[in-house]
Amino acid sequence: MTHSVAGAGMSRRTFICAAAASTTALPLPAGARAAAARQTAGSSPHGAGLRSVDLRINHQDYALSLDPRTTLLDAIRDHAGLTGTKKGCGHGQCGACTVHVDGQRILACMTFALMNHGREVTTIEGLSEPGGALHPMQQAFIDHDAFQCGYCTPGQIMSAVACVREGHAHSAAQIREYMSGNLCRCAAYPNIVAAVQQAAAPEA
Amino acid sequence: MQPFEYRRAPTLDAALAEARAAATAYIAGGTNLVDYMTLGVLRPQTLVDINHLPQSYAQIDASETRLRLGALVRMSQAEEHPLIRERYPLIRDTLLLAASRQIRNMASLGGNLLQQTRCEYFRGRGFACNRREPGSGCAALEGVNRPHAVLGTSESCIATYPGDFAQALIALDATVEIAGGRGAPRRVPFASLHRLPGDTPHIQHSLAPGELITYIDVPAGPWTRRSRYVKVRDRESYEFALASAAVALQLEGEMVREARVALGGVATVPWRAREAEEVLRGAVLDESLAQRAAAAAFAAAAPRGHNAFKIPLGRETLVRALLEARSMSA
Ligand SMILES: Cc1cc2nc3c(=O)[nH]c(=O)nc-3n(C[C@H](O)[C@H](O)[C@H](O)COP(=O)(O)OP(=O)(O)OC[C@H]3O[C@@H](n4cnc5c(N)ncnc54)[C@H](O)[C@@H]3O)c2cc1C
Ligand code: SF4
Ligand code: FES
Ligand code: FES
Repeated sequence: MTHSVAGAGMSRRTFICAAAASTTALPLPAGARAAAARQTAGSSPHGAGLRSVDLRINHQDYALSLDPRTTLLDAIRDHAGLTGTKKGCGHGQCGACTVHVDGQRILACMTFALMNHGREVTTIEGLSEPGGALHPMQQAFIDHDAFQCGYCTPGQIMSAVACVREGHAHSAAQIREYMSGNLCRCAAYPNIVAAVQQAAAPEA
Repeated sequence: MQPFEYRRAPTLDAALAEARAAATAYIAGGTNLVDYMTLGVLRPQTLVDINHLPQSYAQIDASETRLRLGALVRMSQAEEHPLIRERYPLIRDTLLLAASRQIRNMASLGGNLLQQTRCEYFRGRGFACNRREPGSGCAALEGVNRPHAVLGTSESCIATYPGDFAQALIALDATVEIAGGRGAPRRVPFASLHRLPGDTPHIQHSLAPGELITYIDVPAGPWTRRSRYVKVRDRESYEFALASAAVALQLEGEMVREARVALGGVATVPWRAREAEEVLRGAVLDESLAQRAAAAAFAAAAPRGHNAFKIPLGRETLVRALLEARSMSA
């Protein structure tokens, strides 16, 4: 997905690091990170075809300058530097990229970042307060060992939080149906269903 | 991905004006278009974002006699609507059984109708495909054609129409409202929106360039409450249909007064099975009648090798849908 912008001979990782560094530096504390993002976008001359996109991700403002082809997923990972959200397929077929936009779960690989200008995005990094307790769904995934490699887990958790909030977690069968958009190659499915049931219990 | 210009249209007029330029595509949820742009199969030069049109295009208006759906209503919004659940169970089923909840939160009803086929030879750019490159041939005819269609095919293309919602609309005699030409919007029967592949499979619908679907209207008939969608697929959820059947019945005791039947997963376009309806009308609905109706629906089917199983599967799917609709309390 980033190939169109990455220069020849640049590895994917070098490119991602360069892209991340050019917008926001990862180790900065949260507030400074947003400020840095704003400053970089504001001061960078908009290169040919770049468009400015304001996203509010996990209650922080990001002013990004993006090629219109950038998906929301690539904007979150490569430009905002939030790599918790995963790319599995890039074609809407796995759910690894699930995030919330204006409170609804969506697939970040199926929408261009520009289309989400001005919207509120929540990723796995924003589910609990920094340094605070885990979100009950995160805790439930740990309690039930609801992962093996963990690659699908951020998407599973974001999807599960929305699934409960929508009121679609009343039975194991309903959870399986409404969580079907999140594939797990390690097949941790029984444990995932158990985790969602635990986290849903107080609200059921 | 080929570079493109992005324009956000705040009004219908603005959208239509932007779309006058060549190689323009409207984008709604993006769940189909972004996929095919990423694959390099679709290469619009301008994207017109219609998600910011006035709210009226994203509203559901349901009354005793009709249902009016804005083209920008999201699939999940329609599947949750209490009146649709109560009066148009078929519509609700076709939405609930499609894709995943994440995709349904994004996908618009208008975009759903115009989604591209999932034919792998169309998606993969290295193959001959008349739909992607007119005149190049069709790799599916002699290729791996298990997911392909058995009804409405041609020597040029056998790609399956992948959507579910369309089967409800064609069964229930929906109409679509289309803006874009000079003057007032035009209204066309939903059944005339999609085009059989014939020898021009690259032309998939009857919209002129720049035309925009604004509304979908579904009349309430005495059969809409007793309506049902059965979808059979390789896995239980998050998968396209191998075969599906949409039925709506008006019964008088055991006798069928009116029947509406559509088939998915087996045809190149949303498929109304009028031959089946004729067998059903005026007869007592039991398993043997359902079998005869199903046989009529597939009488003209043309298998191509790997997809021959779709004929018996499609027949059984229709039989099941008919018998399940019969036992609904409506
Ligand atoms: C993994 C996966 C599984 C899926 N499974 C299913 C399934 O089981 N059943 C099913 O039915 N679908 C399924 N889908 C398809 C999905 O439902 C469609 O992608 C979606 O409905 C398209 O709507 P959209 O708003 O995102 O369209 P977009 O991608 O925005 O647009 C699609 C097309 O419609 C055009 N368009 C959009 N709105 C209008 C309008 N108002 N007027 C004129 N043109 C318009 C666009 O220009 C584009 O050509 C699946 C998709 C994926 C990725
Ligand atoms: S079936 Fe149609 S879409 Fe598929 S390869 Fe043949 S022409 Fe292309
Ligand atoms: S990466 Fe988005 S669905 Fe797989
Ligand atoms: S834990 Fe490995 S893919 Fe789900």
